[in-house]
Amino acid sequence: MMLALFIVLPLVCGFAAWILGSRGSTAGRWISLAGNAFNLVLAAWLWIAQASGSLVPVEGTWLALSSMPWIPAYGISFTLGLDGLSLLFVALTSLLGIAAVLASWKGIQEKVAFFHFCLCLVLAGINGVFLSIDLFLFAFMWELMLIPMYFLIDIWGHEGRHRAALKFFLFTQIGGLLMFVAIIGLYLAHAAATGLRTFDYRLLLGTALDPTRGMLLMLGFFAAFAVKLPAFPLHAWLPDAHTEAPTAGSVILAGLLLKTGGYGLIRFVLPLFPEASRSFAPIAMWIGVAGIIYGGFMAFSQTDMKRLVAYTSVSHLGFVLLGVFAFNVQALNGAVIQMLSHGLSTGALFILVGSLQDRLHTRELSRMGGLWSAAPKFGAFGLVLTLALLGLPGFGNFIGEFLVLLGAYRASVSVAVVAAIGLVFAMVYSLRMYQLAFHGESSDTKEVRDLGAIEIAALGAMIIALFWLGIFPQGAMDAASRALGGILGILGGTA
Amino acid sequence: MSIVALIPAFPFAGALLIFLGWRMKGRTAAIIGSAAVGLSMASAITLASISSLSPQSGSAFGLVLWNWLQVGSISVPIGLAVDALSIVMCLVVTVVGFLIHLYSVDHMAGEEGYGRFFGYMNLFVGSMLTLVLADNLLLLYLGWEGVGLCSYLLIGFWYRESANGRAARKAFIVTRIGDISLLVGIFLLATSLGSLDIQEIGRRAASAWPLGSPIASLAAALVLGGALGKSAQLPLHTWLPDAMAGPSPVSALIHAATMVTAGVYLVARTNALFALAPAVQLAVAIIGAATLLVAGWSALFQTDIKRVLAYSTMSQIGYMFLALGLGAWTGAIFHLAMHAFFKALLFLTAGVIINALHHEHDIFKMGGLARRMPFAFWVFLIGSLGLTALPPVTSGFASKDAIVARAWTSGDPGHLLWIAAMLGVLITSAYTFRLLFVVFAGRGASAANAANAAHGSAHEGGQELARPGPLLTIPLGILAFFCLIGGLVDFPRILGGVPWFGTFLGTALPPAREAEAGGGSELALALASLGTSLMGILIGALLWRRSLKPGFVSPSSGIASFFKKGWGFDRIYAVLFQTPFEWLCRVNRRDAVNLASNGIGTANLAFSRVLRSSQTGMIRWYVAFLAVGGALVIAAAVIL
Repeated sequence: MMLALFIVLPLVCGFAAWILGSRGSTAGRWISLAGNAFNLVLAAWLWIAQASGSLVPVEGTWLALSSMPWIPAYGISFTLGLDGLSLLFVALTSLLGIAAVLASWKGIQEKVAFFHFCLCLVLAGINGVFLSIDLFLFAFMWELMLIPMYFLIDIWGHEGRHRAALKFFLFTQIGGLLMFVAIIGLYLAHAAATGLRTFDYRLLLGTALDPTRGMLLMLGFFAAFAVKLPAFPLHAWLPDAHTEAPTAGSVILAGLLLKTGGYGLIRFVLPLFPEASRSFAPIAMWIGVAGIIYGGFMAFSQTDMKRLVAYTSVSHLGFVLLGVFAFNVQALNGAVIQMLSHGLSTGALFILVGSLQDRLHTRELSRMGGLWSAAPKFGAFGLVLTLALLGLPGFGNFIGEFLVLLGAYRASVSVAVVAAIGLVFAMVYSLRMYQLAFHGESSDTKEVRDLGAIEIAALGAMIIALFWLGIFPQGAMDAASRALGGILGILGGTA
Repeated sequence: MSIVALIPAFPFAGALLIFLGWRMKGRTAAIIGSAAVGLSMASAITLASISSLSPQSGSAFGLVLWNWLQVGSISVPIGLAVDALSIVMCLVVTVVGFLIHLYSVDHMAGEEGYGRFFGYMNLFVGSMLTLVLADNLLLLYLGWEGVGLCSYLLIGFWYRESANGRAARKAFIVTRIGDISLLVGIFLLATSLGSLDIQEIGRRAASAWPLGSPIASLAAALVLGGALGKSAQLPLHTWLPDAMAGPSPVSALIHAATMVTAGVYLVARTNALFALAPAVQLAVAIIGAATLLVAGWSALFQTDIKRVLAYSTMSQIGYMFLALGLGAWTGAIFHLAMHAFFKALLFLTAGVIINALHHEHDIFKMGGLARRMPFAFWVFLIGSLGLTALPPVTSGFASKDAIVARAWTSGDPGHLLWIAAMLGVLITSAYTFRLLFVVFAGRGASAANAANAAHGSAHEGGQELARPGPLLTIPLGILAFFCLIGGLVDFPRILGGVPWFGTFLGTALPPAREAEAGGGSELALALASLGTSLMGILIGALLWRRSLKPGFVSPSSGIASFFKKGWGFDRIYAVLFQTPFEWLCRVNRRDAVNLASNGIGTANLAFSRVLRSSQTGMIRWYVAFLAVGGALVIAAAVIL
């Protein structure tokens, strides 16, 4: 039942923050901070246990399982499962959850209690997505993380928040509906083939499907995950949502919500529909490459710093799509490392940009410049994060991109070469951003309060994690290796 | 032998201390930074003495620190390899790097970001040491990119000027284009040979790929692409002249000890691949020859003291590539080491001059400095003689002549390459002595006088300017000493020398394909190149005399300005790449995909507006609609 804590605890904290926080604004903050901290401890404990070998799989590759009947008549149960892959993402969720709470410590001053209620609810939904192995429950969690996110953008966002929130909601909802239809379709196909009506992921694996139906169902899942990822050209919701969301919202959007897309591809699309995925792979890889290049172009064009960072996500998540569909162990590991690193580095960048906006009341790069002299700590942290953004070796981002490209090269040389050109674009837009914001002569930014202790703590922890992923990536890959190995085994992928 | 890990560890630790010590005093940072590189140098020297006392013939000593990546069949350790090549590189990097650090303690004093400067410099040295010690290509790539990063940080050190920022970005981006080539090469090697270990790659390539096979050529060409970017060879050379935007010690570090030598090192390190791809190796020689001519020619037209030296670096690296292309692996590394000494000396002396003249870079505003800065004059002269490969300074003389002679003896394409190399000798001595004469000879020009005036004293033109302090003169003196005698470690046999250096490197690098020339022709070749150098000095002197009469060849004339600006490469690249890229970005700034998706929303709104407008609330309209609609339905039913 320990697994349920990852979902129940944020839920309880959310309600507690809402109720208790209505008296004083600090209570809500502390409650949600405590909830996330507890989850982080729990994840760390699980991590150490599996790394030291004291936590061994109970069944297949699952390190922990818990199941309760929910609607037995339709084979729906409340089944959670944790393997190395989900462990990585649950750990990321609690870490970024803490970062999001810290990032809104001073920035959010209105409806603080309700803000933390929404925040905790989103985090509960995200954990649910990473842990559910009942497809009905998964779809439920998918919706659970969507609705509070809508409120986070719509209530606490910036100028164009209503429009951005609606757009985000519609895009995700359409994808989610297609996925729900595909889940039902898979459920019916499985029931027709075996007579067993179940939404249990473990039982649905290996359902025999004729190629057409398999392809259609696969595309249903793919639609939801491709919107979330986002894959080109379904990324249109992303720049608006990321830009208009409050800092904590952007951190969770970029750091976690996008990851649910990549996680879904690895967890569901590949193993449930191996044949369909295989025939779809060349297209998916080129979609990934298109995202890498297009995102790079768009990031270079932006004058709004937050929007620029948002577009870099399109480019970086293109690597994830590429890695998932290259079907080999290097690329798949690379996709996972890329997701973790992107979550940390882009999350941290959004915190940085958010703090800048709080102080300068603008996100326009043309109105910045010379921040290095006015606020050297901003400059230093900005530099480190910019370097992570452009994939400098030493950061986890490099390991992710390298492994994805190496795996992609094994699958298709042309795809890998075009994608590698994207790395030049990454350098061009990153350095342009840094130059415009931090270098040059300071304009109207003479008086800028430098980063405070809370911000430094959050950013510092994320940067340390990025270095850890860049210099000792083997720990994370060892954790995920059994789970990824199982998935590759289903695919018949090459080692 | 695990002392090898300390060599890169000290500079990295120094950088970390400086960066984390937020409010550290600049002076403390300078001491930490210099000490870190000094300790690294001590470790390198210790390692070198251990391994030269107990030479392990040929085989490299390895040290695996930890396992970096292990995915499927690909396994990459954080591992260091020690052989003669990496020892030589470590010595060059740490010795020259340490002297530059010492010099910077005084030279950079009082600058904003004094501490930050030493942090970057330490990171630079540490990255370069990682690069040369790495036992696998991925770790080498880490150092490779680290070097690129530090060049970006240091070229743009004076960040307030946006021009410096542009130069810094240019260096990082242009070299990254080469890096992508190297990265793809790494993918190819990892995929087809299943290893990233450099020694292992050499072994497997030799057994798996036949001589001249397309895949071997492709692999060598991709690695070469990376080397061209870092070493500023044609056509990826455009970043180097602009890199002069950084402080002088940075230029010295980039040009002498680190960065530009990385490409030469990489090609030498992967010599097994190039041996399998004769066509690519010939291309290395041709690119080297072309670069040494193009860059040397441009150097003749520069007016900025550091730009002359920058083009000179490109040209000298061209010699090293020529040597690599001819299979003279040890010759290339020898010239690399000698070049490190005299180029560091020249840049650091230029820094002294520039500071004394209050940041004046224009050589035509200097003049007559020989009497007023005698120390600077003498060490600059030594460096210049090294650059022009003239005795009695032995460093350039020994190393460059070996390359030129090598071109002569290397058979068929060799004679053309030899002509290029000889032309290069002529041009080199011409631009070097033009620089020397313009800066030091004569009576002196405005800037020097202005500097005196600025001191506010009643100095007459011709008096000595402020003497550089000991922290400046000691490193310069040591470098000058190395220039004078450095060449003796591998002096031409014909002049009674002993090739210690070549023998030592021979344990790590394959011997040059022997095409032994007789002793007589070796002497003749040496004399020929000596004569050419002297002729070049004459040309340099003529150019100086001419420049005293304005109007004869004005630097602003069209053709001169073309060469001065580097043969128009920048403009071509701007038109081919930069402009289309920026145009596309400008056109699509609002994101066509986003607009299209918004269009769905807009269309829906418009449609709903149409429908809404039918809801008028007036009964007669509704009745009319009902009637018309009913009539249409009936009509449709009748017709169908």
